[in-house]
Amino acid sequence: MLELKKVSAGYGAFKALFDIDMSVQAGEAVGVIGPNGAGKTTLLRVISGLIRPWSGTITLNGQEIGGKPAYEIVAAGIAHVPENRRLFPRLTVEENLKIGAFVHSARGQLRERLAWVYDLFPRLKERRNQLAETLSGGEQQMCAIARALMSRPTILLMDEPSAGLAPVIVDQVFELVQRIREEGFTVLIVEQNIQSLLDVVERAYLLEVGTIKLAGTAAEMREHPFVRTAYLGM
Amino acid sequence: MDTFLLEAMINGILLGGVFALLTIGLNLIFGVIDVVWIAYTELVMVGMYAIYCLYSGLGLPLLVACLIAVAFVTVLGALVHFLIIAPILDSPPINQLLATGGLLFFLQSFATLLFTTDFRNIGVRLPSLQLGGMFISTARLLAFIVALIAVTCLYLFLKYTYWGLAIRAIAQDRHIIGLMGIDQRWAYGITSAIGGALAGLAACLLVLQYDIQPFIGNSFGPIVWMNCVFGGLGNLVGGFLSAFIVSEIIAISGYYISTDLSYACAFAAFIVIMFFKPRGIFSK
Ligand SMILES: Nc1ncnc2c1ncn2[C@@H]1O[C@H](COP(=O)(O)OP(=O)(O)OP(=O)(O)O)[C@@H](O)[C@H]1O
Ligand SMILES: [Mg+2]
Repeated sequence: MLELKKVSAGYGAFKALFDIDMSVQAGEAVGVIGPNGAGKTTLLRVISGLIRPWSGTITLNGQEIGGKPAYEIVAAGIAHVPENRRLFPRLTVEENLKIGAFVHSARGQLRERLAWVYDLFPRLKERRNQLAETLSGGEQQMCAIARALMSRPTILLMDEPSAGLAPVIVDQVFELVQRIREEGFTVLIVEQNIQSLLDVVERAYLLEVGTIKLAGTAAEMREHPFVRTAYLGM
Repeated sequence: MDTFLLEAMINGILLGGVFALLTIGLNLIFGVIDVVWIAYTELVMVGMYAIYCLYSGLGLPLLVACLIAVAFVTVLGALVHFLIIAPILDSPPINQLLATGGLLFFLQSFATLLFTTDFRNIGVRLPSLQLGGMFISTARLLAFIVALIAVTCLYLFLKYTYWGLAIRAIAQDRHIIGLMGIDQRWAYGITSAIGGALAGLAACLLVLQYDIQPFIGNSFGPIVWMNCVFGGLGNLVGGFLSAFIVSEIIAISGYYISTDLSYACAFAAFIVIMFFKPRGIFSK
């Protein structure tokens, strides 16, 4: 459904991604792992339109989306939960969710969508009139995911949802990811927490210095000698 | 309390209304787009001349002239954004400052060319209201009421509409705004148009109180700037309250010291307060 062919991108004169080939099928959960600075965030940014690809093609259900502005790509069905959550700190929880439903197709259904995400995350309902900056780290992550779901994306991109959270909360975040999968969403998720990631995805890519070094099913990745020594510490 | 002091204080609060409009307009643009419109109060001058032309020149009814002038300055606000600011949005702040500074000189010179430096006025002077021995300026009372209504409308817009929400969100994190499905260019355009509308409205209210000349923006610009900084740059509520605090300082010092020195007193108070609260009086 989402397909990248020979995608390169970067910042200024600095090239951060080199000829990336990647695909995500409908209903699948796919992971991206790699060390700091590998280009994982850049990869999600180029898909969601925050930065433009230098070359290559990105298609969603056969439609070329590469190089379109971010606001059109959301409307086309890709939502991105950015690194570090990036809630609007001085908007309330509910306002953060409402802004996630800014796209035209979502506005008319604001009530239904709110009811749906509150059902998914009852904690957010309790805190709906609170400023986002007053939420705990785990609640903020919930809110960031819920905000992205408000546009009812066909594919959800998540950038290190467990980063910076206490171990117990990290487990909750992965349960959340699992729930979202059960709701039928397709997800592409970047994580440093590789053990837990491989439990919730079907396939994963290993990105190093802007290139895909390895790709395979979760089981293959877990058993791969290189991944085991370099990333799982075994 | 002595009635003259009370009178000065009431007129001070009333004066604050128009300053509040302009302070909010400038603060909104600064907070959302992160640019400094040096020429902001020159839009007020343009609006005042527009009313002068439409009312005194073409003989349109005053209310109609005012409505057209507001619409005109609203469009002008959007044009300033799209023609001057948008192309240099990613340039260093100093370039943006120079560009809007250039606009200031352009508008002042252009007005001088068209209208000369003669003082003009539309010849409408509202009577003063007499209230228990005090004289209250009706023009200022009207300005105060209209300004409060406008600020309330703006508040409702920012609080309850999608674009209002988008505008508030951008001021908090502009980099991810596209991920919410928001076209940043539109949000900036709308913000600039609102800034223009507030300047246009201020023009309608000021034209009843002051003569028009090409440099009239200079008489309001510094105060409006001071209000913005005083309340914390980009802080709408802070700017709103500051407008009243500063006009009250002007009014009271005008009463106790002298009207000629009242603005100087306000600036002196400003400098002293900035020394202790460099990020505005409402900063923590
Ligand atoms: N805004 C930027 N401007 C310039 N260079 C950048 C920018 N953002 C990232 N880079 C560079 O691009 C490369 C890839 O960065 P990216 O953020 O995609 O890595 P990452 O894999 O997400 O790392 P992390 O695990 O630390 O989040 C890095 O070398 C980084 O320094
Ligand atoms: Mg990253």
